[in-house]
Amino acid sequence: MSRTGAVAALPRPLHRRLGTLGVYWLFILPAVLLLASFYFYPLFGVLWVSVAEPKPGLGNYALLSSAAVERVLLTTARISAVTTAVTIVLGYAVAYALVHLSPRARRWMFLGVLLPLWISVLARAFAWLTLLRSEGVVNQLLQALGLIQEPLHLMWNELGITIGMVHYMLPYAILPLYANMRGIDARLLAAARGLGATRLQAFARVFLPLSLPGIVGAGVLVFIFSLGFFVTPAILGGNRILMIAQYISIQILDLVRWGLGAMMATVLMAAVLTLMALLARIVDFRRLFGAH
Amino acid sequence: MERLSAGFPLTKSLGWAVVVFLVLPITVVVPVSLTDQRFLSLPREHLSLQYYVKLFTSEAWLSSIGQSLVIAVAATALAVVAGTLAAIGCWRVNTRATEAVRVLMLVPLIVPTIVYALGIYRLWIALGMLDSYTGVILAHGVTAIPYVVITVSTALANFDARLEQAARNLGASVGQALSRVILPNILPGVVSGAIFAFIHSWDELVIVLFIASRTIFTLPRRIWDGINENVDPTMAAVAVVLILVTLALLALDLAFLRRERG
Repeated sequence: MSRTGAVAALPRPLHRRLGTLGVYWLFILPAVLLLASFYFYPLFGVLWVSVAEPKPGLGNYALLSSAAVERVLLTTARISAVTTAVTIVLGYAVAYALVHLSPRARRWMFLGVLLPLWISVLARAFAWLTLLRSEGVVNQLLQALGLIQEPLHLMWNELGITIGMVHYMLPYAILPLYANMRGIDARLLAAARGLGATRLQAFARVFLPLSLPGIVGAGVLVFIFSLGFFVTPAILGGNRILMIAQYISIQILDLVRWGLGAMMATVLMAAVLTLMALLARIVDFRRLFGAH
Repeated sequence: MERLSAGFPLTKSLGWAVVVFLVLPITVVVPVSLTDQRFLSLPREHLSLQYYVKLFTSEAWLSSIGQSLVIAVAATALAVVAGTLAAIGCWRVNTRATEAVRVLMLVPLIVPTIVYALGIYRLWIALGMLDSYTGVILAHGVTAIPYVVITVSTALANFDARLEQAARNLGASVGQALSRVILPNILPGVVSGAIFAFIHSWDELVIVLFIASRTIFTLPRRIWDGINENVDPTMAAVAVVLILVTLALLALDLAFLRRERG
């Protein structure tokens, strides 16, 4: 800061002293300073606490093999894996439909995909709560129709969490899947058909392999988001089924066990960043993020 | 885009079915918010606006809405200024270093919020900024920067860099080139970024659960408390209001983009 202060005090215009590019470097400065002090610095604080409290060393990491922590990790991995698999299958169907629809119909389907993306995650979790409770709308309807006698257990379990999470993650899967499928050359399929492949063969041997990068990209993205998800699992799972994010929040806010909480947070972050780095080697990020 | 061959007949229906699964469950809050019952359920005898009356006459809910608005507006302003300037800087300098900066600025989108929440909770404890407007605005503003960087960078990608150089050669200062040439051309990107940043703060729960307690009680936190303590149909009315606000903002964004494109 002192350097810019000194520059400003000089009579010559700023851009003469720094050169035009130097001025544009100053443009970047506020965001970099903000992120460094109020994002990255506290983030490193979490890493630090995980090896410094309650006493220095890797004691917190030894807790990874404790039964409670292991159960949380397994539950998180299982729910995230199931969510990813279901999301990719359903998302694939939507992306496939999108590339085959007329432009007009495609716009409508896109609207249906994008709207939920921007609606409050709390509002959506609450909507599922209204639907899935034992005295909720779904059970009331089924009972009124005489299809069931006793209410079904649709939430406070992994089923409820998975339903809510698939619903949340679908748009994040559909967009990269669609971006990938849009790039597949239609003439390749026409050629396969022309050479005598059935529709199914053309799909299985040509289209599906070409859409694999989209499947991998979307899958890793959904899995990463699922691992650290808090709101939906907490609302639809209650306190019985703990995923890692909720477990961390209980460690810190209720039990004030900073060491354990920070260790779990570090593990979560390491898992997410590793997966992201792997993904970056397979898929072009610009296509995953920027483009739609 | 060229249309692929017709595809399979069933896949389109399957696609629409999934889209119905995406949209329909959300709409359930509308009839539930109009219920005449005392608990969370569909209306039985007639529709009733009692829970909207309850919502808009409740001091607690109104104060939460007000706080959320103030925080979201301030956080948006912070993110838009910092994010737009940074995106323009990275775009204009355009070296490997700025490319790295741009990637680093996207990190908050990837690191799970819970991890950041722990970090900022600890920092605010140390600085005595827990439960303050400044604390929440800074945390929301900083985590909203990536949205602005993305939308503004996208807008800049379609903007001819030679226009800026022409303006400078014709004697415009950096500030004039920025305000008269660059900003008007990337305005849709800035507006989109602002709307996304606003929605980010307006809906944010996890950070607030950690760094706010008595004084700062934002709307998401009030909803969270309601869900965990007593679920009553007022919550459905709140959900409807939230959804309507989001829809209005997105419509605004769309209208803006359309007008800009002519």
